[in-house]
Amino acid sequence: MISAKTSTNTSVSYSTKKRITKTTLIGWSFITLASVLICIFYFYPMVHALIMSFQSGTGTNLKFTGLDNYARLLKDPTFITAVKNTVIYLIIQVPVMIFLALFLSVLLNDKNLKFKGFFRTAIFLPCVTSLVAYSVIFKYLFGVDGIINMMLMKLSFVSEPIQWLTDPFWAKITIVIAITWRWTGYNMIFYLSSLQNIDSSIYEAAKIDGASPIQQFFKITIPMLKPIILFTSITSTIGTLQLFDEVMNITKGGPGNATMTISQYIYNLSFKYTPDFGYAATVSYAIVIMIVVFSIIQFKVAGDRNA
Amino acid sequence: MLKKVFSYGVLIVATIVSIFPFLWMVVSATNKSVDVTQGRLLPGSHFVENFKNLLATVDIVPALINSAKVSISTTILSLLIASLAGYGFEIFKSKSKDVVFNILLLSMMIPFAALMVPLFRMFGTISQTAPFLGIDTLTAAVLPTLTTAFLIFFFRQSTKMFPKDILEAGRIDGLSELGVFFRIYVPTMKTTYAAAAIITFMASWNNYLWPLVVLQSPEKQTIPLLISTLGSSYAPDFGVIMTAIVIATLPAALIFFIMQKHFVAGMMGFSKIKREEV
Repeated sequence: MISAKTSTNTSVSYSTKKRITKTTLIGWSFITLASVLICIFYFYPMVHALIMSFQSGTGTNLKFTGLDNYARLLKDPTFITAVKNTVIYLIIQVPVMIFLALFLSVLLNDKNLKFKGFFRTAIFLPCVTSLVAYSVIFKYLFGVDGIINMMLMKLSFVSEPIQWLTDPFWAKITIVIAITWRWTGYNMIFYLSSLQNIDSSIYEAAKIDGASPIQQFFKITIPMLKPIILFTSITSTIGTLQLFDEVMNITKGGPGNATMTISQYIYNLSFKYTPDFGYAATVSYAIVIMIVVFSIIQFKVAGDRNA
Repeated sequence: MLKKVFSYGVLIVATIVSIFPFLWMVVSATNKSVDVTQGRLLPGSHFVENFKNLLATVDIVPALINSAKVSISTTILSLLIASLAGYGFEIFKSKSKDVVFNILLLSMMIPFAALMVPLFRMFGTISQTAPFLGIDTLTAAVLPTLTTAFLIFFFRQSTKMFPKDILEAGRIDGLSELGVFFRIYVPTMKTTYAAAAIITFMASWNNYLWPLVVLQSPEKQTIPLLISTLGSSYAPDFGVIMTAIVIATLPAALIFFIMQKHFVAGMMGFSKIKREEV
């Protein structure tokens, strides 16, 4: 921050006003392409979706129908189920994963730990798989006669196979396990990189003061990593609210609609059922609103701890 | 001592859980379909046969080529666009630029599902005048994913530590601003580019929803679309499916392993500044 300001100041000091305008222009030109592309592919479609959310009709024959779509939304049982499922994934999966990732990163940050690189790579490995590929693998792993059930039965944890994919409760659990498997290592890398930037003398001082590892974790590590925890929890929340690939490829939203997510419902409304782009756009605004609400909550929670 | 046993215990369990699905996938790719369904955990000798069957039944080679085209062009263009912007936002400061930056960051909050339908209609309209850019073209699969606020943010954060005096020296030596960017900034930020390249390539290689929407003919399909159709067939040959998944996973995994060191370094540059900033 500071060094950037000085460099601008030096460039100002020996140049005329003309030079400043020129520099500003060059600066703007560097960001133009990215800004234009984001406007075309994010903001324009967003506005377009808002307009479409007040329209109804099949395919591209849309007519303005005012708030009809929004009225339909509130009474739509499939939509309500999809929202419930998504929220369940969110409140179970995100905290579990963030805690797990933090925990593993603290263990891996131990200076005396051997095979650090091996553990780190192994735990990050799930992130290199495509969502579709690992979903297909999980579908077979968690099949009724899949290998997970075989192992659980061999170890006598269960007496009969768990209906992982066909029971509404277990199907949700399978999705949660799958996402946690895929993303824990990803979040762990963020924490690990930040942990390596924390001065170890802070921990040494705490040790001398008699702080236990658990106290160090809650009193030093978590507060020091707060910004990155906020960042990862917001990106994870947004990711979970958009959940699509896994559900589509593991359970197809079933049994019934037990694992259906909002994204999948939008996809079905647009490309699977008789296309109703207007109503699909209305449903998509539901995700936008949820993301905004959850992000505000997370900012608030993080902010309060700061005070 | 107890702490050590605990640490290693937890990490070994986490490693097994993380690696097991991979091992199973690789082992299954070498086994007959029957053996896979019976839960065989030992490698077999059927990989070559599975591989031949795969080539005979599915168009995996065209799908790999499509995926490579999409991912490589996305990675190169994304990195160029995002790093130019990240550099622009960090080096040339003005109040109004920060406003623009914050507005761009808002796009991170927009879920793709909300964009899917309008984008589909947008490319539908383009199809009527410029079919080579419209629905069912690889260009259409690339364009909306090219620019992400995250990547711009990533480059801007990583640029914060950049020694600005070097840039000024380059300017005084008569380099144009683009010259400074390409001759000084890009070579110095190698680890940041490496980390960004890994993130972008993997995301693009594995992207599913938008290609599913926009690529309609079978010969245009990318690897995730192909895997997805394999996974939903009624009489699946598990050995062949696992072989396909191994092949699909390999490029992203290889790139990650080759560039792993740079990746970790790049991520450190990014997270360090994130912490100090607040």
